[in-house]
Amino acid sequence: MPWQLLAQRSGAVLRWFDVTNQGRLDLDKAAAEGLINERTKIISVTYVSNVLGTVNPISHIAALGHAVGATVVVDASQAVPQLAVDFAALGADLVAFTGHKMVGPTGIGVLWGRYELLAALPPFLGGGEMIEIVTMEGSTYAPPPHRFEAGTPPIAQAVGLAAAAQYLGAIGMDQISDHERDITAYALQGLRTLPGLTILGPDEAVDRGGAVSFTLAAPDGQPIHPHDVSHLLDSRGIAVRAGHHCARPLHERFGVQSSTRASFYLYTTHAEIDALIDGLDYTTSFFGGLR
Amino acid sequence: MKVEDLYQEIILDHYRTKHHSGLRQPYDAEVRHVNPTCGDEVLLRVRLDGDTVTDVSYEAMGCSISQASTSVMTDLVIGNDIAYDLDLYEEFLTMMQSKGQIEPDEERLEDGIAFAGVAKFPARVKCALIGWSAFRDAVLRAQSEPKASVVKEMEQ
Repeated sequence: MPWQLLAQRSGAVLRWFDVTNQGRLDLDKAAAEGLINERTKIISVTYVSNVLGTVNPISHIAALGHAVGATVVVDASQAVPQLAVDFAALGADLVAFTGHKMVGPTGIGVLWGRYELLAALPPFLGGGEMIEIVTMEGSTYAPPPHRFEAGTPPIAQAVGLAAAAQYLGAIGMDQISDHERDITAYALQGLRTLPGLTILGPDEAVDRGGAVSFTLAAPDGQPIHPHDVSHLLDSRGIAVRAGHHCARPLHERFGVQSSTRASFYLYTTHAEIDALIDGLDYTTSFFGGLR
Repeated sequence: MKVEDLYQEIILDHYRTKHHSGLRQPYDAEVRHVNPTCGDEVLLRVRLDGDTVTDVSYEAMGCSISQASTSVMTDLVIGNDIAYDLDLYEEFLTMMQSKGQIEPDEERLEDGIAFAGVAKFPARVKCALIGWSAFRDAVLRAQSEPKASVVKEMEQ
């Protein structure tokens, strides 16, 4: 949607990658359609999908983009909390992630960028700290990062975000990554045993993050709406997300109105996954009229 | 209140067998209402004859609460005076906004009283209201826009 706003402002044409039925980025189709070509200015992809859990091959896509002179922008909001990310080795030009998905505060995030690129970008907000010299005729601007940090910054949030990063660093991103893979594999294994449950995205814990979206149907085949699923799970102390997860077109691609999403992190235990599976089993029976 | 009590048999029955479902001709106004947080949608039509609501037809996607509430609403409003129906809307709205504090009038709201429990769950109040809001909107539009048939008569 932000890219639609940009396209409206700039007259750029917005084109989309498709995904395979398994929920992987369909790079073959993109190549066949010439999606990335000499007119491509920006390629924007998510590192780890917040709906499908898919881990996308960023270095490969960045190489394809750079071959045609495009700037490669990556949303790493689901990747940075779960994987040890080497930003320089990733190959992307701009990488964004958010505090609230890495046990940090809300309302703050990080934009990492290649310095030459940031230095070439104009300010997007005016205010204190972003200026160099101000005269009545005109102004010059501070170099990055201050150029993009106009006004009073969210100081408390920044301190909180730093504490979160130090906390995760002390545990070790490799350990967190191993736990995430283990808990996701355990959850996928459990979810696959439930009749009527369909996983959106890869159903094996290979190149996959710890967010699992699914649809659920009663024994008579009647779909159970995610809002009903989440409400019953909530009454058992299980928190899931119901709806589009900010990705309505993706749900249309899979022919479903909406989905339920369970997300796991460093604190999630096997016992909690068992409770989720039990809760879903109960939900299916309840709406199937068996209880 | 246990969540199982929220899903009363009346609600599940209406969810499984929706009354007056489907889009029908003729109609005087058509509206689409959505709930962006969960993706629920209802496309609803009303047919008026003078001051009487003669039909409400709809196509809806959504959770059991929204589907059942829309079904119950059609049972309650079809065949009545517009003024009576708009009062009924206000009554249902008041009940849904009461956080479960209001004892609903079963004589007037009939199956609608099953949603009194939903009012205790703020996240679900919108679900129960989407069909009713669409109905009210459609009636007001039908009244404000001159009907095609009326326009033709005036031209003649």
